[in-house]
Amino acid sequence: MRHGKYPFIIGFLAVPVALYVTFVVAAYFQTFRLSLTGWSGLGPIKNVGFANFVSLWSDDLFWKSLRHNLVLLILLPIITIFVALIIAFLLNVGGGFRGGLTRGVWGSKAYRIIFFFPQLLALAIIAVIFGRVFAPDQSGLLNGLLPTKSAQLWLADGHIALACILAVLIWQAIGFYVVLFSAGMGSIPSEIYEAAALDGATRIRLFFRITIPLLWGTIQVAWVYLGIAAFDAFPLVNIMSVDRGGPDGATSVLSLMIYRNTFELSHVGYASALGVVLFFLTLTFAALTLRVTRRDTVEL
Amino acid sequence: MTEIFGKPAELDRRTLLRRAAAVGLLATPAVSMLSACVGSSSKDTSNQSKGTVTADNPLGIDAKKPTEIIIFNGGLGTAYATDVDTPLYNKKWPDSKIVYSQTETVSTVVQPRINAGSPPDMIDNSGSNLMDMGALVAAGQAQDLTDLFNAPSWDITGKKVSDTLVPGTIEQGTYSGKPYALNYSYTVYGLWYDAKLFAKHSWTPPKTWADFLALSEKIKQAGIMPFGYGGANASYYMVRALMTSIAKLGGEDILKSIDNLEDGAWQNPAVKQAAEAWGAYGQKYTNKAFLGLRHTEIQLQQDQDKLAFYPCGSWLENEQAKDTPKTFEYAVTPMPSLTASDKLPPEAINAAAGEIYFVASKGKNPRGGMEYLRAMLAKEAALGFTKLTKSLTVVAGAADGVTISPGLTAANTMLTAAGQNVFVGYLFDAWYKAMDDESRSAINELMYQGGTADKFVTRMQAAADKVKKDSSITKFKR
Repeated sequence: MRHGKYPFIIGFLAVPVALYVTFVVAAYFQTFRLSLTGWSGLGPIKNVGFANFVSLWSDDLFWKSLRHNLVLLILLPIITIFVALIIAFLLNVGGGFRGGLTRGVWGSKAYRIIFFFPQLLALAIIAVIFGRVFAPDQSGLLNGLLPTKSAQLWLADGHIALACILAVLIWQAIGFYVVLFSAGMGSIPSEIYEAAALDGATRIRLFFRITIPLLWGTIQVAWVYLGIAAFDAFPLVNIMSVDRGGPDGATSVLSLMIYRNTFELSHVGYASALGVVLFFLTLTFAALTLRVTRRDTVEL
Repeated sequence: MTEIFGKPAELDRRTLLRRAAAVGLLATPAVSMLSACVGSSSKDTSNQSKGTVTADNPLGIDAKKPTEIIIFNGGLGTAYATDVDTPLYNKKWPDSKIVYSQTETVSTVVQPRINAGSPPDMIDNSGSNLMDMGALVAAGQAQDLTDLFNAPSWDITGKKVSDTLVPGTIEQGTYSGKPYALNYSYTVYGLWYDAKLFAKHSWTPPKTWADFLALSEKIKQAGIMPFGYGGANASYYMVRALMTSIAKLGGEDILKSIDNLEDGAWQNPAVKQAAEAWGAYGQKYTNKAFLGLRHTEIQLQQDQDKLAFYPCGSWLENEQAKDTPKTFEYAVTPMPSLTASDKLPPEAINAAAGEIYFVASKGKNPRGGMEYLRAMLAKEAALGFTKLTKSLTVVAGAADGVTISPGLTAANTMLTAAGQNVFVGYLFDAWYKAMDDESRSAINELMYQGGTADKFVTRMQAAADKVKKDSSITKFKR
């Protein structure tokens, strides 16, 4: 059987590896190289050493954006995973144990489809739609629901603008994670639930003692994915926010700074430096998450 | 200098970043992917098309070679290029094919091609996604247009191209002493209102600040919002309104000193006085919720007579053509004078050439690109442009005596009344994007977020000082 092993492996790997090297690894090398230049995006490239990083250090907007990224990084996964887990649990196990099968709450099949809808919409469309939801005047959906006196400025209010964007990110992400967790829960043998139920465990107990431990691997992956999504957030901020990242930088994030420095401010070198920072942040985050959440896997 | 928005089209970029992130950890390399192949700037230009210079062919184009153009598809549309300019060009040069394309996002489409060494020959660098013209010039990617301006006009016999233009046109496209860009569309700025609405209430457009305040109070009583602009994406309309007030109050030289980054230029008392006046006005006569609205939403409100005054340029009428009801008639009035002792008279207005067109210096056929611009500067082409877009051009008097639309007539009347008192305005927004950015946030703070004139001055002066100190930014003078 060893015969033909290498052609098999090479056949499978050649194309993905070539694509990965061309579009990811090579691009990283360029980004690292460009971060040490003062390139404007046009014309000759001048090396400036670490000057970009020095000016990053004293750039208020950078620190502001970084802070926003961190806020998203903490809140987005926690809230999304929490809500998605509860929904997935209700859809799969919440109906209790009957007739030899665990089942979801009534109508769970329909809910499952409905929850997935946001995932089908492009983020850009979601951003535009929620722009209307959060419209600051009386035409806004939310302001329409509120009494006139307590109308909010939403995205135009620097104090809550980032929260608005976080809410949309969560709304959009939940559907996917509900499906992901549902799939994970589907693979948990129903005998376990059955046994626990016979022993008189409540639903809440089932959730914490059985579902979560057996789903830990999936949750871990979800955490990393959501963390990376929190480092991005570009489309929503770019389309929804006031004055792109405003008001007054209140919603600015690193990815938006990269985009604006590259395409609008002609500071490709600076943008690349930001890219390098983002690279290390993302890497650190992924490594930390995987390490911190490492637990003994429950063997089934 | 470009005020006409395309649709918000950051989507392709968005998809890219998101996909990258979804694959895992990959948001960053997109930077260099999109800036494409790195710096192939020293391209040999000896294989560029060239013909013999004759009286009939003053720019010496090769009559057989194609010319590639790319037009920004925004408020002005593209019909002027496809239906007016290209046919005119091809009437004279039937064998030089015009390779045409259009885009709503200039920099994402054209910048990678410039870096790859194969740019289109003539580029309409406009819209909210335009390339930084200063950086293009500094990188040697823009063709020196001196030959074009010295060539004879296409259809005005006995005149050089430069003699057919509105004064200030060439200066506006001049970087460090040489002309590299042609600002083609001529825009007059002022306060726009509905002439019919004003007639109905017998309101007269204000000349002085006191009149402006009194009228705004009346408008407010009538249940209409007196004034507003789209803070979410078009706060630079308000920057222009403020800068116009500053120039009228203290003279155009203040704007020049600001552009030239002179020390303390923003601390000029006129800046503070104008900012104070507008800030106080903003407290009373506008809606702070406008901070979250886009220019299109505000303009729609005006078309519905929910908003009285809107600071804008003369492209407004065309941009709103679809949404303007029959009962609405655009008219425009100069920015009211702040004091009786303003340096400039009440009729003074800000008018400037906008929409940047330039020729790529490292394309295949820069001569052809210049010839295309010469065709655009023909009187015939200029009139065609004005008819299609309801915007004036920099070709002086090309649209005189032709009635096209009430808003255009009002703009033309205002321009005539201003006589010599027309000032170009400021260029720092095009020269130094960082200052442009800061001015947008600072004006929003002043008008909608309860900011003060002092804060505005401090912020702008700090931004200017920062640009001045940054040796990596190419500086310009006017």
